[in-house]
Amino acid sequence: MYIKVFHHNNYGRVPEKMKRELLAFLKYSAKRAVTIMVVVALAVYATIIIANMGGYVDEIIKIETRNSIYQSVFQNPAYQSLSTEEKRQMAEDLYQQELKALGLDRPFIFRSVGYLTSALSMELGKAMYLTSDSGSKAVRNIIVERLPSTILLFTTVNLMLFFLSLIGGLFISRKYGSKLDKIVVTLSPLSAIPGWFYGIFLILIFASWLGWLPYGGLVDVPPPTNPFDYALSVLKHMILPVFSWLLAYSFIQVYTRRTFFLMFSSEDYVEMAKAKGLPPRLIERRYILRPTLPPIITEFALTLIGSWMGAIVTERVFNWPGIGTLFYQAASMMDSPVVIGEVTIYAYLLAITVFILDIVYAIVDPRIRAGVTGA
Amino acid sequence: MSIKRLKETFKQLIAYKSAVVGLCILGFIMGLSIYAVITIPYEEAVKAWRLGEDVSINNPRNAAPSWINFFRQKKLPETMVMDTLKSGSNARKIIIPRETLSALRIEFSFEFNYDDFPSEINLFLTSKYNEAAPYITINWTKPNGATIRLKELVVKGTDRYYISIDNELAKKLRLYLSEKVGQEIPYEIPPHMSLFAVEDESILKPETAQVLKGKYRMVIEGILFGGESDVDARLVVYGKVFGLAGTDHLRRYLVIGLLWGAPIAVAFGVLASVSISFIQMIIAAVSAWYGKWADMLLQKATEFMMILPFLPILMMISIFYKISIWVLLIVVIALSIFGSGVKTYRAMFLQVKELPYIEAAQAYGASNFRIIFRYMIPKVLPTIIPSLVLSVSGFVFLEAALAILGLGDPVAPTWGKIINDAYDKGALYQGYYYWVLEPSLLLVLTSLGFALLGFALDKIFNPKLREM
Repeated sequence: MYIKVFHHNNYGRVPEKMKRELLAFLKYSAKRAVTIMVVVALAVYATIIIANMGGYVDEIIKIETRNSIYQSVFQNPAYQSLSTEEKRQMAEDLYQQELKALGLDRPFIFRSVGYLTSALSMELGKAMYLTSDSGSKAVRNIIVERLPSTILLFTTVNLMLFFLSLIGGLFISRKYGSKLDKIVVTLSPLSAIPGWFYGIFLILIFASWLGWLPYGGLVDVPPPTNPFDYALSVLKHMILPVFSWLLAYSFIQVYTRRTFFLMFSSEDYVEMAKAKGLPPRLIERRYILRPTLPPIITEFALTLIGSWMGAIVTERVFNWPGIGTLFYQAASMMDSPVVIGEVTIYAYLLAITVFILDIVYAIVDPRIRAGVTGA
Repeated sequence: MSIKRLKETFKQLIAYKSAVVGLCILGFIMGLSIYAVITIPYEEAVKAWRLGEDVSINNPRNAAPSWINFFRQKKLPETMVMDTLKSGSNARKIIIPRETLSALRIEFSFEFNYDDFPSEINLFLTSKYNEAAPYITINWTKPNGATIRLKELVVKGTDRYYISIDNELAKKLRLYLSEKVGQEIPYEIPPHMSLFAVEDESILKPETAQVLKGKYRMVIEGILFGGESDVDARLVVYGKVFGLAGTDHLRRYLVIGLLWGAPIAVAFGVLASVSISFIQMIIAAVSAWYGKWADMLLQKATEFMMILPFLPILMMISIFYKISIWVLLIVVIALSIFGSGVKTYRAMFLQVKELPYIEAAQAYGASNFRIIFRYMIPKVLPTIIPSLVLSVSGFVFLEAALAILGLGDPVAPTWGKIINDAYDKGALYQGYYYWVLEPSLLLVLTSLGFALLGFALDKIFNPKLREM
C-alpha cells in the first residue's frame, strides 16, 4: 500500500515537474529575448544619434540639396524669361518639396525613431556617398560585398588562435614548470603590443626589405583569372596579417589557457580521479576539458562574431578591403547609413549569439532549469 | 596602503628580473618625458610640428639619422649651412664701395668629401636697396677647376633660389656634361648631382655616378646701386643624414616629435587606465553594495556598451568634432566606464560585502558612502593594481591606432602621428625605415615596460597565480 502510494505520487509528480521546468525555461528565454532586444534597440539608437551628429548631418544634406536646386533653377535656360524673384520662389518651392520627399521637413528627433524602426527591421536604406564595387548604393549590398574578405581573414586567424591556445595550453599545463612553460610565460608580455603593430614590422621585413610577400591588399593587381591562381594569390596576401595576429596574441592566449587548466586540474574531483588511477588523457577529457569548455566556447563565439566587424586598424595597415576598411571610409565620409547598417548587423549577430549561448546553457545548467536565475 | 607595505612590495618586486627590466625601461621613458617638457616648451614643439618647413628650412627632407654613417662604408653627406650673416661659417663677403655703383663679392667655399650626393641645394638671399635692386651673378667652381654660371638675377628683398629644381640649369648642366663625356646622358640628372659629379663615363648611369671630392666654391658677384645697398646670402647644401633621429618629409627634426611623444603617450595611457579603473571600481562597488535595481541597471549598461562598437564610435566622434587628444581621452574614458572590468570588480565586491568587518561597520552605523569608499574599495585596490598597470600599454597603443587612422591630435606631435606620416608617405616602400622604426621602438619600449611591471605585480598581489 505504502509503495503503491509512493509510486502513484511519484508518477504524478514527474510531468508536473517537467511542466514547471519547461515553464521556467520558457519564461527565462522570453525574458532574455526581451532584454537583449531592448539593449540592441538602445545601442542602434545611440549609433543613429552619434552617426547623425545629433541631427547635424541633416543640416549638411539640407544645404547641399538647397544649393543644387537653386543652381539648377537659376542655370536652366528654360526659366530665363522669369524674374529673379520668380526663380527664387520656384527654387524655394522645389526645395520644400524635396525636403518632404526626403522626409527632412520633420524634426530630427521624430525621424530618428523612424530610422530606428527601419534599421531594426533590417531595411538599411541607401548610402549617401559610398557605392559597392558593382555600383550599387544599397547599404546591404555594400556590406555584403565587403563581408567575405573580413570573415575569411579573421575567422582563419581566430580559429588558428583558438586551437593553438587550447592544444598548446593543455600541452603546457601538462609540462608545468618545464623550459617550454617558462618560455611561454616569459614571452606573454609581448602581447601588450597589438597585432597591427606587428603587422608594420612584418611588412617592413617581408615586403619592403626581403620582397618575399606583398605589402597588402586582397589579391594581386590585376587579379588572376584562373580560380586556383586567385586562391593562391589571396593566400599569399593573407600570410602577413595572419602571422602578425598569431605573433601578438598566441603567447598570451596559450598562457591564459594554461593557467586556467592548471587551476582546474588542482580541483578535488581531479585529484580524486588521479587517485583512482584513471589514465591522464581520460582525466583531461572528462574532468578538465568538460567543465572548462563552456566559458572557453562562449569567449570564442563572442570573439569570432566581434571579428566579423573587422579590425579597423589591421585592415588599414594591410590595406585589406573588408568591413573594417568600410567602417573607416564610411566614418570619414560621414556616410551615416553605412555606419548605422554595420552597427545594426553587428548588434543583431551579437544578440543572436548571446541568446543562443544563454539558451544552450539554460538547457545544460540545472540551476537555470530549476528557475534559479540569480547566478 | 601604508609606506611599509609599499616598501615591502617594492622589495618583492625587485626580486623579479622582469620587473627590474620593466622599471628601468619606464625610468628611461620618464626621463625622456621630463627632459622633453623641460627643454622644449609645449608651444615650441607644437610650432615646430605644425609650421614644418617655415621653421626647419635648413633641414634636409627625409634624412636618415647621422649615426647610420657609423655602419656604412659609403658615408652619406651631412647638411652644410653657410651664411654671410654668421661669422665663421665659410662665407666671405666683400663690398668695394663707390659713389653710385658698389661691387659685391660673396664667396662660399667648403670641402665635400662624402661618398654620396647632397639631397638638395638652396640659396637664400636678402637685399637692402633704395632705388634699384642689386644685380648678381652666381658661379660654381668644382674641385677640378671647372666653373659654371648658375644664374643671374635681381635680388628684390627676400629671395630664394632653389638650385635643385631649376630646370633650365638642369638642362644646361646635362648638356655640359654630355659634351665632356662625349655621350648623351640618358636620364634627367638633377643639378645637385651634376654640380658634384665626377665628369667621366660613370655619370651615364645614376647608380654609378661618383662624387668629385675636394673643395667647392660658389662665388656671387654683384653690382649694388647706391650707397645703402647690401646683399646677404645663405647657401644650404642639404645632406642625406641629420641629427640623432633624422627628418621627415616636411624637414621636421624627428627628435622633437619623438621627445614630446613620450609625455603625451605616458600621460594618455596612465590617465586613461587610472581613471577608467577607478570609475569602474566605484560603479562596481555601488552596484554590489546596493544590489537590486542599481545592480540590474549596471548589468544592462554593460551589455549595452558591449554591443556598441568601441573604435568606430570613437572614430565617428573624433572625425565629426575634430577633437584634441585630451578631449579624446575623456571620450575614451566615457566609452569605457561600463566595460568588462565592472563585472570582474563586482564579483570581487560581492565577496567583500559579506566579510565580517563590513558587518561590523554597519553595526556601528557607518554611512553607505563610508562603507564603499573607506572599507570596500581599499580592500580590493591591491588586487586591481596589476591589471591597471597592464592596461596602460593598451591605451598607449590606442592613441597610436587612432593616429594611424588619421584621427590623432590636430596639433601636438605624437608617436602615432609620426608613424602615420611615415605610412602615408610610403616610408616602407621607399626604404625610410628609421622613420617608422624610431617611434615604433619607443612605443614598444613603453608598452613592454608597463607590461613587464604589470605581470610582476600580478604575481605579487595575486599569489594564487604565483604558484602556477
